[in-house]
Amino acid sequence: MATEILMPALSPTMEEGTLAKWLKKEGDTVSAGDILAEIETDKATMEFEAVDEGILGKILIAEGTQGVKVNTPIAVMVDEGESADDIAAPAPAAASAPVSTESESTPATIAAQAAPAPAPAANVSPDWPEGTKMKTMTVREALREAMDEEMARDETVFLMGEEVGEYQGAYKISQGLLDKYGPRRVVDTPISEIGFAGIGVGAAFGGLRPIVEFMTFNFAMQAIDQIINSAAKTLYMSGGQMGAPMVFRGPNGAAARVGAQHSQDYAAWYAQIPGLKVVMPYSAADAKGLMKTAIRDPNPVIFLENEILYGRSFEVPEVEDFTIPFGKAKIERPGKDVTLISFGISVGHALAAAETLAAEGIDAEVINLRSLRPLDYGTVLESVKKTNRVVTVEEGFPVASIGNHLSAYIMENAFDYLDAPVINCTGKDVPMPYAANLEKHALITPAEVVEAVKKVTYK
Amino acid sequence: MARKPAASKDAADKGATPNVSKDELLKFYRDMLLIRRFEEKAGQLYGMGLIGGFCHLYIGQEAVVVGLEAAAEEGDKRITSYRDHGHMLACGMDPGGVMAELTGREGGYSKGKGGSMHMFSKEKHFYGGHGIVAAQVPLGAGLAFADKYLGNGRVTFTYFGDGAANQGQVYETYNMAELWDLPVIFVIENNQYAMGMSVRRSTKSTSFFGRGEAFGIAGEQVDGMDVLAVKAAGEKAVAHCRAGKGPYILEVMTYRYRGHSMSDPAKYRTREEVQKMRDERDAIENVRELLLQGKHATEDDLKAIDKEIKDIVNQAAEFSKESPEPSLDELWTDIYADDPATQNA
Repeated sequence: MATEILMPALSPTMEEGTLAKWLKKEGDTVSAGDILAEIETDKATMEFEAVDEGILGKILIAEGTQGVKVNTPIAVMVDEGESADDIAAPAPAAASAPVSTESESTPATIAAQAAPAPAPAANVSPDWPEGTKMKTMTVREALREAMDEEMARDETVFLMGEEVGEYQGAYKISQGLLDKYGPRRVVDTPISEIGFAGIGVGAAFGGLRPIVEFMTFNFAMQAIDQIINSAAKTLYMSGGQMGAPMVFRGPNGAAARVGAQHSQDYAAWYAQIPGLKVVMPYSAADAKGLMKTAIRDPNPVIFLENEILYGRSFEVPEVEDFTIPFGKAKIERPGKDVTLISFGISVGHALAAAETLAAEGIDAEVINLRSLRPLDYGTVLESVKKTNRVVTVEEGFPVASIGNHLSAYIMENAFDYLDAPVINCTGKDVPMPYAANLEKHALITPAEVVEAVKKVTYK
Repeated sequence: MARKPAASKDAADKGATPNVSKDELLKFYRDMLLIRRFEEKAGQLYGMGLIGGFCHLYIGQEAVVVGLEAAAEEGDKRITSYRDHGHMLACGMDPGGVMAELTGREGGYSKGKGGSMHMFSKEKHFYGGHGIVAAQVPLGAGLAFADKYLGNGRVTFTYFGDGAANQGQVYETYNMAELWDLPVIFVIENNQYAMGMSVRRSTKSTSFFGRGEAFGIAGEQVDGMDVLAVKAAGEKAVAHCRAGKGPYILEVMTYRYRGHSMSDPAKYRTREEVQKMRDERDAIENVRELLLQGKHATEDDLKAIDKEIKDIVNQAAEFSKESPEPSLDELWTDIYADDPATQNA
């Protein structure tokens, strides 16, 4: 049976090419794999191989022809016994071209949607019932307690990272866990970030619930390919068959006087990635409730802690199995004149600024986002509609910051409620300097927040 | 033709016929031929514009996966790079589902959302399909970490190429795999070219399996054009891992007949070099000759198998054309395991 040979596509972008040279002539016997012709694409001259065996019956496109469109018949193969003369010039068979994507024919209604999110509603329920007994604990203790409770609850949860075991944690977050759970579940790793992050992701594929500790998130840059390409994208790439239920955690952002390579806030980096969940606790209660939720979450979670907050004490509810859902912001301080939106350590700056402002008669509402992906847009919008003025407060660099994103979101969804442009207070657009005075200026301060609030309130 | 199948040569040296049954030889023949015909068809569909993007064919390397699968047991895992179609077919994944993923259709293993480089099968314990060179190496060790943690006696075949063998994360992984006695077989498919870079040009010390010594990992080099030798080495490696002795490295010497991807002008090696491998070392031809020489099959028997394979591949191709493109709703599913469509900005 005669078969047409079509002009092949030889690269992801090729639409046409030059048939440079025929290496077989009419009547030649051809085996699969034989080079039939040389074809020039925009990139290179490529050899074009026969797929099936047969006889080259007729050459339809002479060598030297330029601009031959992909899928144009260029030759006809025949079986033994058939002759090229028997073949009437075949009508160009409708090459089953790839079906056109519907998005071309349908107005971009579905595909262009930024997200099919329902209109966000603010979740204003308190994190614990009124009258709950509270205890004071540090963020460090809260994180440890959360991991301890979850390890006790689920045998597949394990902790791995540098110095998490015998050293008792570089920042003592895992203190005591090795003694309690043994080296099978508290695994000291060598200094091999991409290696152990990848092993963690593989273990999650294999049915475990890893907690991968980075001594600091600065070192996670060595492993960012495994976090994003392997952990965040596999569920999607596998059509939902498998993913990486796990937590990547560790201190993030500036500590104190540790210089440029050890002082960076990665919130905006990770929050950009679909497939990741990203949380950043402020208080000990946040730390405990969010960590327990993170460990149980069936997705990869980036859990951004802060070294300076580790030793700070807060009230934590004495509730059995206390968790905080992701995507639920907390109004740390209600107010009516301006909304300060913040997360992580910057919530402290926002609260300090609010105190100063209160003394000057400006009543600021402080929102602690807690989780950046998913993000509680409902609570943000509700507050904007009430105060009509917004200042965002974060430690990260200014360009493509979380504040930038919130400004855009507010502009798109509550433009008519705004009485002033949104101001983003961020860290400065410089690598972190070492000198004490310079470092102080590179970071966000309550004074800058106060100044920004005065701008948006025209005071 | 001066063809001398490696297997029969070994057998001649030992003065015995290869220790392999007729059924097993026939299975090897069939499985390798399926991969080759499938890949040829994929190349054809690519040429027709039905497959897009990157498409890395496995033609020439068939004996590697077929030999090692013969050493695997039910429940063992495998993970590889983007040159992954052969691995999927060898572990029993459906050719139609694989081809439909190549054409980006709903019937593909990832519903058309993964493509040639990103396919998975939980059922067949195939963990991808990874596009970043060497990223699958720590992932494979992680699968083995999970198996050891769960004490289920499984081993993981972690495949990568000579190109990946120069990535740093491979050696971080070697160290931890040996430190923790992980049941993982590192299979280096040395096809001698990292895209267009020959091993000679990329690597000073070309004994890739030998690098394991620095980490205390046992290993060996295997003739990857000889499916029987691959299987034998695989069995040894599996036994090592299952005995709790930690990882094992197999450097399997093989050869890719086609380009790195579809848009490879192949100027880094001569046509004669490729032709010589095809003529003298082809793994499928080797088994074919063993079958004929050992009177296990007649030319007609083999022709019947060829036809049978051709039919399977044609059916897969038909399915991959007929299966519809994924519905646009699929854009928004499988992003998060608990809440498919939202949770994002």
